[in-house]
Amino acid sequence: MKTYSYFPGCSLEKMALSYNQSAMQTTKAVGVELQELEDWNCCGATTYFHVDELLAYTLVGRNLAMAEKAGHDLVAPCSACFKNAYFANAYLKEDPDLANHINYALEADNLKFSGDIQVKHLMEVFVDDVGYEELQDKVSHPLQGLRVAPYYGCQIVRPKKDHEDVENPRFFEDLMTAIGADPVDFAYRLRCCGGSLLITSRDAAYQLIFELLQNAQKSGADVIATACPLCQTNLECYQMQINQEFGTDFKIPVLYFTQLIGLSLGLPAKKLGIGSEFVSADRILTYVKEPA
Amino acid sequence: MVTKPTFSDEVSNLLHASHGRPLATCIQCGTCSGTCPVVEFMDHTPRRLIGMINADLKEEVMESNTFWYCASCFHCTVRCPSEIDIAGLMYALKRYSIWKHQYSEDAVGPVFSETFVKSILRSGRSYEPVLAPSYIFSYGVREFLNEAHTATNLMLKGRLPVLPARIKRLENFKKMANRIIPMGGA
Repeated sequence: MKTYSYFPGCSLEKMALSYNQSAMQTTKAVGVELQELEDWNCCGATTYFHVDELLAYTLVGRNLAMAEKAGHDLVAPCSACFKNAYFANAYLKEDPDLANHINYALEADNLKFSGDIQVKHLMEVFVDDVGYEELQDKVSHPLQGLRVAPYYGCQIVRPKKDHEDVENPRFFEDLMTAIGADPVDFAYRLRCCGGSLLITSRDAAYQLIFELLQNAQKSGADVIATACPLCQTNLECYQMQINQEFGTDFKIPVLYFTQLIGLSLGLPAKKLGIGSEFVSADRILTYVKEPA
Repeated sequence: MVTKPTFSDEVSNLLHASHGRPLATCIQCGTCSGTCPVVEFMDHTPRRLIGMINADLKEEVMESNTFWYCASCFHCTVRCPSEIDIAGLMYALKRYSIWKHQYSEDAVGPVFSETFVKSILRSGRSYEPVLAPSYIFSYGVREFLNEAHTATNLMLKGRLPVLPARIKRLENFKKMANRIIPMGGA
């Protein structure tokens, strides 16, 4: 069994509790163990980088150093946490002066960054460690006929890492195909949800969310699948406000990819945190059928 | 003779951990502006802003709302043919504007960022309710009520924390942060 240090991140403690529940349930079902990193701190989101870059790397560095101590690679389910951990890990490895500076601060918590672990997004665990075929073998309730808009958003694919395809990734679609669902052609799948603009520049965020929902509807999707708590909150919890603002009637459920995988594995909806949505996901559950 | 650094140099120096190429290599192609999903809200497009930095128009750049509208989606960064980290540049301009306290009175971004960082340094983790005062008062009546409504729904769905989370080794954590940014008696 593959074991990872798991960095849930602040959103998964409450706002995106269902992501946490479904992440734990589904990984367990496919034979991956997520061990929550003890005493982890906030990854810094985007806001630390607005204030002080060194402090931002220090805070991420603490989490990385603790994962090193635990002896496992680090997995983050939130795209923003993942991006911060992945790039801080890369920069600190490349820049020994920066690492020395950060290590001076980490000494205060008896920690040291050495750069000997890797950072992964939770979706990579399913794509690379489990693999499409093995996942498909484990699927007991294929989500046949469910049209899913795979919403990548931003920070799971950007900035660019190594040689990844940032213009036309397919891993999310392939994952949805593996669980028997039907990924639709969602043109805005790589477009930004507005992130924290929802707080700082609401007009802009509303415009982005509106355009995404409109495009998802046009694609014929029954559900939008996400891999990030901020995308989920913006697209789902604010759908009602968008309808008010733009005179629309969107009712598109937005679920975490782990919730869809969980359903296909025959896990009970409640255990996957389904039921805490603003836009009911009940209709999605009608697609969960045992194969004839 | 010692020459004064240009604004472009100043900004480049703020990008210490960014791996993009120098702003001077910008070819003004406009791919960034064409890619940016919020460009219509910005008073200068990203292309124009880089042109302005390279033309040493410091005051006009710092008065611009462009960088506070950047949502860090990195779409411009991955597409720039000159490999300039444009989103990283927007971060640098945000930091510069906070350090110099150069932002308009009604900008929510800088206050929100500072409040967020301070709250993390107090507890180690983020706690949504404590952040609300940094932005909620800038909203109109309708927005205020909408936000209150969303918060109530989140609470009812069990998606809003009642108590702030706190890490265990908070004293060490504070000492650690203090080694990077000394904060008096912290």
